[in-house]
Formats: sequence, C-alpha cells, structure tokens
Amino acid sequence: MTELIFFVFAGIAVFCGISLVAQTHPIASALSLIGVMGSLAIIYLQLGGEFIAAAQVIVYAGAIMVLFVFVIMLLNAGAEGTSLNVSSFAKYAGIVLLAAFLGLISFIIQATLPKTEGVVFGAWDGGTAADVGRKLFTAYLLPFEVTSVLILIALVGAVVLARREV
Amino acid sequence: MNFLILSLIKAAIVAGVLLTTLAYLQWIERKVIGHIQLRVGPYRVGPHGLLQPLADVVKLITKEGVMPANVNKFFYLLAPFVAVALALISISVIPFGPQITIGGVTTYMELTDLNIGVLFVLAVSSVGVYGVALGGWASNNKYSLLGGLRSSAQMISYELPLAIAVAAPLLLVNSLSFRQIVEYQSGFWLGFIPRWNVFPEVLGFSVFLIAAFAETNRVPFDLPEAENELVAGFHTEYSSMSFAAFFMAEYANMVTVTAVATLLFLGGWKAPFPEPFSSFIPVIVFGLAGLIAIFHGMHPARRKDKYTLPAAGVVFLGLAAVFGLSLLVPTLQTILMALFWFCGKVLALLFLFIWVRGTLPRFRYDQLMRFAWIVLFPLAMVNLLVTGLVVALSSK
Repeated sequence: MTELIFFVFAGIAVFCGISLVAQTHPIASALSLIGVMGSLAIIYLQLGGEFIAAAQVIVYAGAIMVLFVFVIMLLNAGAEGTSLNVSSFAKYAGIVLLAAFLGLISFIIQATLPKTEGVVFGAWDGGTAADVGRKLFTAYLLPFEVTSVLILIALVGAVVLARREV
Repeated sequence: MNFLILSLIKAAIVAGVLLTTLAYLQWIERKVIGHIQLRVGPYRVGPHGLLQPLADVVKLITKEGVMPANVNKFFYLLAPFVAVALALISISVIPFGPQITIGGVTTYMELTDLNIGVLFVLAVSSVGVYGVALGGWASNNKYSLLGGLRSSAQMISYELPLAIAVAAPLLLVNSLSFRQIVEYQSGFWLGFIPRWNVFPEVLGFSVFLIAAFAETNRVPFDLPEAENELVAGFHTEYSSMSFAAFFMAEYANMVTVTAVATLLFLGGWKAPFPEPFSSFIPVIVFGLAGLIAIFHGMHPARRKDKYTLPAAGVVFLGLAAVFGLSLLVPTLQTILMALFWFCGKVLALLFLFIWVRGTLPRFRYDQLMRFAWIVLFPLAMVNLLVTGLVVALSSK
C-alpha cells in the first residue's frame, strides 16, 4: 500500500515536473510546480516528516506559489511561442543523447555512492513539530539564525530596489 | 471492526451532514438577513421556506452551464473543482466529540486525528485561494480578473494574522492536535469559569475572528465580489453547478473556520457549565423552544402558522425528550451532549457571521489592506509575544 502511494505520487511529481518545462503558458507552468510540491509533501509525509510536509504545503504551495500566480496574473503574461527552430535530425538525436546521458548518470550514482539500506516507510518518527523545533533551537541554532538574517537581507534589498523606482 | 468499513461509515455520515448543513446554512442566512431587514425571507417553498435549499439545488443542476467565448477552458473548469474540494477537505480533521464506544467498537467522533491537525487546516486554507484566483483569471473578464487578484492579495495578507493568532493558543496547549487542544480546555477555574482559551486569549480570538471574516470573503471584507464595483467578482462568468461549487466552497469555508475557532478558543465539545447542570441545559432549551413555538401556534400571526408552528414545537419537544431520555443511557448522553455543545458553538459563531453581514458596510480596498498590515498583524504579533513570555515564565 505505501509503495503504491509512493509510486503514484512520485509519478505525479515527475509528470508535473516535465509539464512545468513543457507548458507554454506561465500559469500552467506555475500550477505544475504546485503539483510537484504537493506530491513531494505526500512523500515527506510517508517518510515520517509530518511537520516538513505541512510546511511544504503552507510555505511553498500556499505562500510562494500564490505570489507567483498573483504576479503572472497581474502582468497578464500570455502563452509564449516556441522559438526553437531545430531540425528533425536534432530532435531524434536529442532523444538518444538524453537517454544515454540519464543512463550514464544513473550508472555513476550506482557505482560511486556507498551502498545503503533501502528506505522503510514509517520507520522513522523524528519529524513531529516538537522534534523539528527542538533540533532547530539546539543543534542547528546558528544555521537557523543565519538563514533568518539572510532572508531579512533579501527583504531589505527588495525594499531598497523597489524604493529607487518610485 | 474493520478500519476501512468504520472510516467509510464515518465519512458517509460526516459528508452527508456537512452537505445538508451547507444547503441549510444558506436558508438560515437568507432568513436571518431577511428578519434583520424587516422582511420574512424565503417563505413560499415549503413551510417557512424550508424546502427552498432543495429548490435551489434543483434549479442550479437543471440550469444550462454557459461557457463564455475565449475563456481558458481547462482552468475555467478546474477552478470550481479546486475551490470546493479544498473547502470540503478540512472537515476531515475536525473532531466533534470525545472517544466513544458503540457495541464494542471504540472510535473517535471525527474522521482522523492528525498530530498536525491545525497545520493541516492552515495548509488547506492557504492553498484554497487558487480556486478563486484561477476562476477569476480563466474567465477572461476584467471584472473577474480584478476579483481574483483582490482575493489573492486579501487572502495572503489576512493569512498572516490568522496563523499568528492561531499560534498563541497552541503555545498554551503545547500540541498541534485538535483533540489534545480540546482536552486541555476541560475543567473550570474557580469551579464555574470554563478553562477555555478564549479567556486568556481574548485578543487572539478577536484577531482570529476578524481575519476569518476576510479569509472567507465575507462582509465587511467581501471585496473580491463587491457587486457594485465588480459585477460579482471572480464568479461573474460562472453559471449552473460551477457557480454552485463556488457558493458551496464559501459556506464550507465558513463552517470550517467557525469549527476551528470553536476547537481552539471555545473548548470544542466541552460544556460551559459544570457537569450536573450542563446535562439539563439541552432539555430546557429544546423544551422552552417547543413550548414557545406551540404558544405562537395557538395565536397565529399568519394563517399557515396554525399548522407549521405546532409541528415545529412538537419536533423541539421530541428533541427535548430524546436529550432527557439520554440522561439514562451514558453512551448516548456522551454523543448527544458533545454534539449539542459543539454544534451550538459553531452555530452561534455562524450566526455572528450572518449578523455582521446584515449590519456592517463594506470596507474600501485600501482600508482593507491597511487594516491587515497596520492593525491586525502587529496586534497578533504582540499577542503571540506576550503569550510566549507568559508560557516561558510559568514553565520554569
């Protein structure tokens, strides 16, 4: 059952990922990205990271992507035509090369990475909100605070850049 | 019993009750607003318009669904589905009562108890904006687009104070599970004041309620569908069942948000009075309602009332009898009392929503945004900081 759910949502994630690149309309691409994030949240949930799953949906699908969609709607960006002018030879050669590239990558990963045990769904339960919070404020306090300062800098930078325009 | 069968039974009950409630919520709203404006509201279909929701459903299903020219078909059809599916899904983590045992089967009065129930509701509500935004954009109509954009901006802005207001009671309870949050609120201070989160968190509750009005696009924050500026906002171009889907989503969001307010701040299914008294309240309330209805049936203001009011009175007296008899059956009493208090609190909050709609004028758009960022957000922040400080000091 868990394997079935995993494969369904992994498939949806990959499909949405391809759709994100293949779509010509910005809104369709943005919605595909939401599909990717939603399916990733389900996979996090299967692995036991319930807090991460909820945060994934709230922050990425709910906040960041809403802003993306909002801006796309505000600019009313339309579909973009494919300006790629490639010969049919390049297309077919591309498919072969892509397959070869993926095979090579998977071979390198297989060969170089150390052999680990397979993932067991439901075996790990350190992903509750309390656990994540405790880790964040003890073991990873410095990275956490540095990240927050980084985000603050980005925020201030955005305000400064926007101010100059007005 | 089999987990799957049990879940299916519970899901069927919850879905049936929820959908009926949504239909009748609209009747209640029209009735209450009618009486606020010195009208009688729906009156023709059935006694006191009680069959009006049924007539509306038949009307909406049999209407022609018009697809305007030049819309983005896929997204135009997707938007109402997204809106209604996300609005209905939140009810699955809302608990209605304590653990019960019927015929040897022990279960909770809810569909599922998540460790992260509160986060789940927040997540679903944060994604819920897509239905409105997409619907407005895909309709290819400038009024719809403006409505969709307004709703996106409004929901992003008001989600912040909403989430921060929710965080304060979570600090007190130290859990994200609705069930544990309600259990924390059992008992009484000084023997008669219920230990509800609303008393230490008055500010948080107010911020939550105001933000909830904006999140559900209700008056006075119904800017996305401000009819005198935007025709009907994001659902201008929708008709038939796709329009009904948006309508249902709005009411389902209202039910969810009031249920969450009840669980977080008002003690969920816990009675507001100590035990021996609280058991008699439903009997007294329903009995009095029945007697009043029968009394008015004796002196009817309209000819129809001679039959309808005594019938309603008999129904109320029957309910009073059921609650009275349930005092003898402990299992039944647990279920009925929990449902009575939970539904009572949710309905009281829903009445508040409708009352406000009948009373307040709409905000201007810039006022709406300024209010969220300059008033509500700092208030929620201060409330959270003070709560955190108190919790940190008292835990030592």
